[in-house]
Amino acid sequence: MPRLSADRRTEVRFTLNGRPVAGLAEPRLLLSDFLRHVVGATGTHVGCEHGVCGACTVRIDGGLARSCLTLAVQVEGCTVETVEGLAPGPARLSVLQEAFRRHHALQCGFCTAGILMSLDTLLRDEPAADKARIEEVLGGHLCRCTGYGPIVSAALDAAERLSEDPGAGDAPEERDGDV
Amino acid sequence: MSAAEPAPSQTSAKPGHLGRSLPRFEDAALLTGRGRFLDDLPVGPATLQAAILRSPHAHARIVKLDVSAARALPGVAAVLTSAEVQALSAPLVVGVKAPMTCWPIATDRVRYVGEPVAVVVAADRYLAEDALEAIAIDYAPLPAVVDPERALAAEAPVLHEGLGGNLASDRSFRYGDPEAAFETAAHRIGITVRYPRNAVTPIETYGMVCEWDPGEDGYEVTANFQGPFSIHAVIARSLKVPGNRLRLKTPRDSGGSFGVKQGMFPVIVLMALAARLAGRPVKWIEDRLEHLTASVSATNRVVTLAAAVEADGKITALDWDQLEDVGAHLRAPEPATLYRMHGNLTGAYDIRNLAVRNRVVVTNKTPTGLNRGFGGPQVYFALERLVQKIAVTLGLDPVAVIRRNLIPAGAFPYRTASGGLYDSGDYQKALETALRDGGHAALVEKRDRVRAAGGLYGIGFATVVEPSVSNMGYVSTVMTAAERAKAGPKNGAQATATVALDPVGGVSVHVASVPQGQGHRTVLAQTVADSLGLEPAQIRVVAELDTARDAWSIASGNYASRFAAAVAGTAHLAAEQLKAKLARLAAAQLNVPAEALVFEGGRVCAADTPDNAIPFARLAATAHWAPGTIPEAAGQALRETVYWTPPQLTAPTPDDQVNSSLCHGFILDICGVAVERASGRVVIDRYVTMHDCGRVLHPGMVEGQIVGGFANAVGAALYEEYAYGPDGAFLAGSFADYLVPTVAEVPRPEILHVETPSPFTPLGAKGVGEGNCMSTPVAIANAVADALGVEDVILPLTPARVRALLDEPEPPAPAGTAPAAPPKRAGGRALAGTGSAGFAAPPQRIWDTLLDPATLEAIVPGCHKVEKLSETRFLAEVTLGVGPVKGRYSVEVALSDLVEPASVTLTASASGALGTGAGQGHVRLAATPEGGTRLDYDYEADVGGKVAAVGGRLLDGAARLVIGQFFAALGRQAGGGTKGGGATDGGATDGAGAAGPWTGLLGRLLRLLGIGS
Ligand code: FES
Ligand code: FES
Repeated sequence: MPRLSADRRTEVRFTLNGRPVAGLAEPRLLLSDFLRHVVGATGTHVGCEHGVCGACTVRIDGGLARSCLTLAVQVEGCTVETVEGLAPGPARLSVLQEAFRRHHALQCGFCTAGILMSLDTLLRDEPAADKARIEEVLGGHLCRCTGYGPIVSAALDAAERLSEDPGAGDAPEERDGDV
Repeated sequence: MSAAEPAPSQTSAKPGHLGRSLPRFEDAALLTGRGRFLDDLPVGPATLQAAILRSPHAHARIVKLDVSAARALPGVAAVLTSAEVQALSAPLVVGVKAPMTCWPIATDRVRYVGEPVAVVVAADRYLAEDALEAIAIDYAPLPAVVDPERALAAEAPVLHEGLGGNLASDRSFRYGDPEAAFETAAHRIGITVRYPRNAVTPIETYGMVCEWDPGEDGYEVTANFQGPFSIHAVIARSLKVPGNRLRLKTPRDSGGSFGVKQGMFPVIVLMALAARLAGRPVKWIEDRLEHLTASVSATNRVVTLAAAVEADGKITALDWDQLEDVGAHLRAPEPATLYRMHGNLTGAYDIRNLAVRNRVVVTNKTPTGLNRGFGGPQVYFALERLVQKIAVTLGLDPVAVIRRNLIPAGAFPYRTASGGLYDSGDYQKALETALRDGGHAALVEKRDRVRAAGGLYGIGFATVVEPSVSNMGYVSTVMTAAERAKAGPKNGAQATATVALDPVGGVSVHVASVPQGQGHRTVLAQTVADSLGLEPAQIRVVAELDTARDAWSIASGNYASRFAAAVAGTAHLAAEQLKAKLARLAAAQLNVPAEALVFEGGRVCAADTPDNAIPFARLAATAHWAPGTIPEAAGQALRETVYWTPPQLTAPTPDDQVNSSLCHGFILDICGVAVERASGRVVIDRYVTMHDCGRVLHPGMVEGQIVGGFANAVGAALYEEYAYGPDGAFLAGSFADYLVPTVAEVPRPEILHVETPSPFTPLGAKGVGEGNCMSTPVAIANAVADALGVEDVILPLTPARVRALLDEPEPPAPAGTAPAAPPKRAGGRALAGTGSAGFAAPPQRIWDTLLDPATLEAIVPGCHKVEKLSETRFLAEVTLGVGPVKGRYSVEVALSDLVEPASVTLTASASGALGTGAGQGHVRLAATPEGGTRLDYDYEADVGGKVAAVGGRLLDGAARLVIGQFFAALGRQAGGGTKGGGATDGGATDGAGAAGPWTGLLGRLLRLLGIGS
């Protein structure tokens, strides 16, 4: 990593959802602010900036991270994945996203980006995750709207579909939305 | 009005899209990161970012405020203080005519922690926050009052001198003959309850972009504001512009509100002024600390409620004494929280005699405002605790007391003693269904079983009438009849909807409902599709609001659960109106009478000859292209706007009767809790919630509203509190301190329904989103009271509180557990610790090092400079970080009791932008046999301000870390380094000095976040 100086912006290059991106960041710039306001990827949300709510959760080099507790300069050369990268195609939803929609697992949708990242990672690593595991992972997120029940149902539904057909990365089924 | 006819346009129960759980149209964008929330909207390069300097004191005079250094910093465009605010604007209008002035910024005095003092506008937020630290401000602290009862005492500190005390309003009401009822009743049973402060903090905080147009002398504001738009008038008046020069827009998506986003309007005024001062658009996004500390809170309330009760449990009169704490200012629309329930103060019960005293008091806390349940949690906590107490006192089954008092099924529409008009209901059916389908008998058996085995188990009930669609006139009940007559009547609740047709048959719907996640667009598409015989996906709904372009009224917005009952109903009326016009057009073309036409499957056809049809799109084209063919009487057939206000929402009567809401749903909750004897933890074992919300428009969303509200209420009952220290310090400034329940804390309630459609709303629907916030806290409290056999339960029922209610000694800790830390001093943010350190250097050497400013400068962590004021007084500038709060402080240290080189007492006080602290420490030095030094210390300190608000849990770790670093450096400086030793805090040895920082503070932080192990 190049030497950083507090009052100089550094170019940060990384891969975002499979595409190379670059942007200038002061050393103190948070990754959440960098993604949202420099790179323009506003799907990742900020709910607390102190690591508790989980809304800002992203994947860095395959592992989950709170982007509000990560500095932009830390992702130099990394692979970053955000909610914008979860759908398998422009007019399609992933199995998990589709399950969220079916189960009304979101209302305002503000917490949703982070929750999707965590649950997507769980189902990637443990396609047969049970209720206890899902609740354990979901326990790192705050949602004010749903009371969590519908989110657990959605994740269980997705887990079931994925373990029946592990190849199903997406849900090409009935759509009546305006994706 | 005793009997209202059903609204004429009540839809028949023909199968359609309404009533089905369609997937939401909102979801696809939200699930793929393409929401359009306030902070996602593009802003131009001219847009500046703002940060707010806020008061660390609950009550203080501002002695000095110097922003010149901040103004001079690079990147800073403007600094707004009360001087500019007072020059450019007018105070916010206060809800009642009270002699107090309410500015959106502190003028000469701060009255709550978090009150804005200055606004910095800079090129980016980071620079704006840097500049806050350059503002020089001195406060002279004043005594603060936080407790509403103490605020009434003669010797209490006064917040607003104009009031002559802290009482802002005092009104008494009398309905029926309460004195006679109490006189003749067999029993008078009373209870006093104290409802705490909390709020359903949305995950998205406040946000806004404000702009001033000097050419128009007008402001343009885009904010995730939720309404009511009566507040638009408050903002415009404060900005000294007519309403048409304040364009207020909302973004498409909002990250939840629950009432809370009503409370941002004072900041809208500030940011609009900041934009004017800077001459450029200004954007402000609230951070979480600001939100928890100073956005808005529900009111806390002290209620003394008494009932006149017959021997069989029949209640004949209620006597309410409510003391409402609105915080430091009486902000619009307060004291609405106190009056929203005025028409339903008798709940679900048939009680004809009622006495009410309502007082409003100001204290040194954040001003209050809308919050999910708005007034309901406070009222029903008292009423339903009392009903339980009546059962206990008279030895009756609580169910029997409820049954004995419920309003009879045939009595609707039912006029309450205080003037509420309950639209519909069958409470008996709801109760009996809930008992049967909710497994009440089995629950009672379980309780008996658990108790027989020595466990603690309780059952609680709550019976609630859930009002929705507020009467815009209810707040005027706070005025006397004479004052109301002078001010002119206030009533109604105008809802608006527009349905428009494009030339190819596309249908658009515009409403002013400002959704905050409730799926309005989907339900409206269903509603309008049903009317016009189209598919919901063909309907495009715009629910965000632009006051410069859209039809709106003061009642517009997303509050009081008015969507399903009022807004969807109004959209239905607009669609039906457009349909009637299109039908006349089609009638002319198809040669059949308009009444004989049906709209179905995208076409319009004669009911008996379906082949005689015209496609809907063609009809739309005709409306655009051949207006000449439209029958004269139909006028245009392009766009219909309907304003709807229910006639039942009349102004308060001269004898203070008020129908405060249009619709009244019914809820009956049954809750079974187990209490863990050793820990005091409350476990919700079973929760049944029965709802009658009239006609259900979208079952999935109704369930979502119920479980969401239930989760909020579990938080209020067991975890969440906007806690204050006795000096007004705010103690819940992070999500690690203000405990929002996670999935582990929220059980799944069992939801039951009965449906009695409202005759007063176009679709028969009532509101449903707030009920559990009213019923669940008290149902849980009643269950805990039943489990423990106690009366005085206070929310939130934290394990410590519940344990204290158990009148028995705590069981010994299991073998192998570390002894518990001794209790800290009151306030919860006192800091205390003891520890020791060993040095290779002899005591005199250590002594000299300790007392030398130059060396101290080098070894005190984060120290910029140490100045020697006298032999025993030092002034230091240090930067310290506690958790997420890092800031610069000046610390003054005085030495006393000096016994060279053996012992010294240090008295220190620190102050900085982020908080204050004061404390004392004792240091003792002793020579060791090896010629080194053993140093023992203990300290005790109090902290306030931001540090106290967010750092509560981290303070001990931070103190140990800093002390450890200090002694390590001291050892190095004095020569020979440190040897062992460590800091202890109540017995837990952390060894901060020896083990390095990472096991201390950071480890705790990571554990707190669930990251570390
Ligand atoms: S914003 Fe990162 S955890 Fe809340
Ligand atoms: S859906 Fe609104 S916070 Fe989770």
